[in-house]
Order: sequence, then C-alpha cells, then structure tokens
Amino acid sequence: MSERVAIVIVSHSPDVARGAADMVREMVGAEVPVAWCGGNPAGGLGTDVAAIQAAIRSVNGPKGIAVLVDLGGAETNSEMAIELMSDELKGNVVICNAPIVEGAVMAATEAAGGASLEAVRATAEEFHS
Amino acid sequence: MSEAVRETAAETTMETGSAVVRDPTGLHARPAVKLTKLAKSFDAMVEVRAQRGENWVNAKSPNAVMKLKVAHGETISIRASGVDAAAAIAALVGLIERDFDG
Repeated sequence: MSERVAIVIVSHSPDVARGAADMVREMVGAEVPVAWCGGNPAGGLGTDVAAIQAAIRSVNGPKGIAVLVDLGGAETNSEMAIELMSDELKGNVVICNAPIVEGAVMAATEAAGGASLEAVRATAEEFHS
Repeated sequence: MSEAVRETAAETTMETGSAVVRDPTGLHARPAVKLTKLAKSFDAMVEVRAQRGENWVNAKSPNAVMKLKVAHGETISIRASGVDAAAAIAALVGLIERDFDG
C-alpha cells in the first residue's frame, strides 16, 4: 500500500493546473504523488511536450501514472510526450478521458486506497457531475 | 452441504449503523472523499444510503457518495459485510459523528 498510482495534471493554464493539484492535495492528501504542468515555453497559454515529460518523470513509480488533461493540445501533446518516452515508461502511463479537475480528485481518491492504474482510470472516467 | 450454506450465510450477515451529518453544507466533496478513503481501507463491502433516498451505493465510490447529496441534519445509513464489517461501521460512524475531523 505504500506505493500508489501518481497523478499528472496537464492544462493550458499553469494556474488551472496548479489549482487542480492543490485541490487533490487538500482533498485527498499528500500520500498520492501529484505533478502538474501548464503553459507554453514562452509563458503563454498552451502545453509543452518537454514539460509534460518532466512532470511524468517526476512522479514515476511502479504503480503507474494517470494523466488528466484539459483541451485539445493538452491531450495531443500528452500523447506525444508519452509516445516519445521509453517503452517501459510508456506502458506505465494512461491519459484519462475525464474532466481535468474532477477527474484528478476522483483518480487520486481511488489511488489513495492503493488501487491499480486501470481502476484509477475507470474511477476518473465514470465521473458525472 | 447445508452446513456450508449456513456458514456462507453467516459470513454475509450485514453490520449496520447510522450517523447524522453535522456540516452546514451537508456531505459535500471534501467529506465525501474522506468517507470513501476510509471505506476503502476495509476489505468489507460497505454501502451507504441517504435518509431521503432509497438506493444503497458503494461507499468506496467517491462519485456515488457525492451524488447522494446528503444534506445537513440528514442521517446516513451504513451497512457492511465481510470480515472487518463491524470495524468499518464503527470507523465510518465515528468519522461522520466527528464531523469529518473538520
């Protein structure tokens, strides 16, 4: 139970990403590793493949990583980031088809109990407000 | 044969409990997460039901627990089955009675 699925939050906005990560830490707790990234390298709104990879690597662990994204480019850049990583890491990361904030909290709640990556993804994806 | 059936039946006996939600905004997101996290720490099957609702939902599902929308002053019923069912009931009742530890 000491190892848990980690959560990575990828938003176009660093404020949104940081805020979603704060909600996870405050509502679920610090036992679930959380990393976030947002914004393009120029400091504007957008996402950056290298930053996504750095976020993923920073929380990489044996239980795997669930990635929550917001709009279009966040998803395609996350897919590209994962695609360009080692096969070992690649097989350990999934992108959840869920709203970024709610999905992150739901995924982390599931992860806190020591659930598998598949179970964490399923919990995030079954969210309906 | 009948012996085995009886034993199985005994194992699935439900433990039950209930507690009143004290938080002025009811069972909102944060306490719902606390409740599901605690429920997940037990092997037992644990379900909860709102006072004005008819459906029992999985206490380990944050989605399901939030959707109950339990209001302030409403009683949450809890039922559990499994080896640690009694401990699960005691822990969840305690959490709700302590107003989710603030």
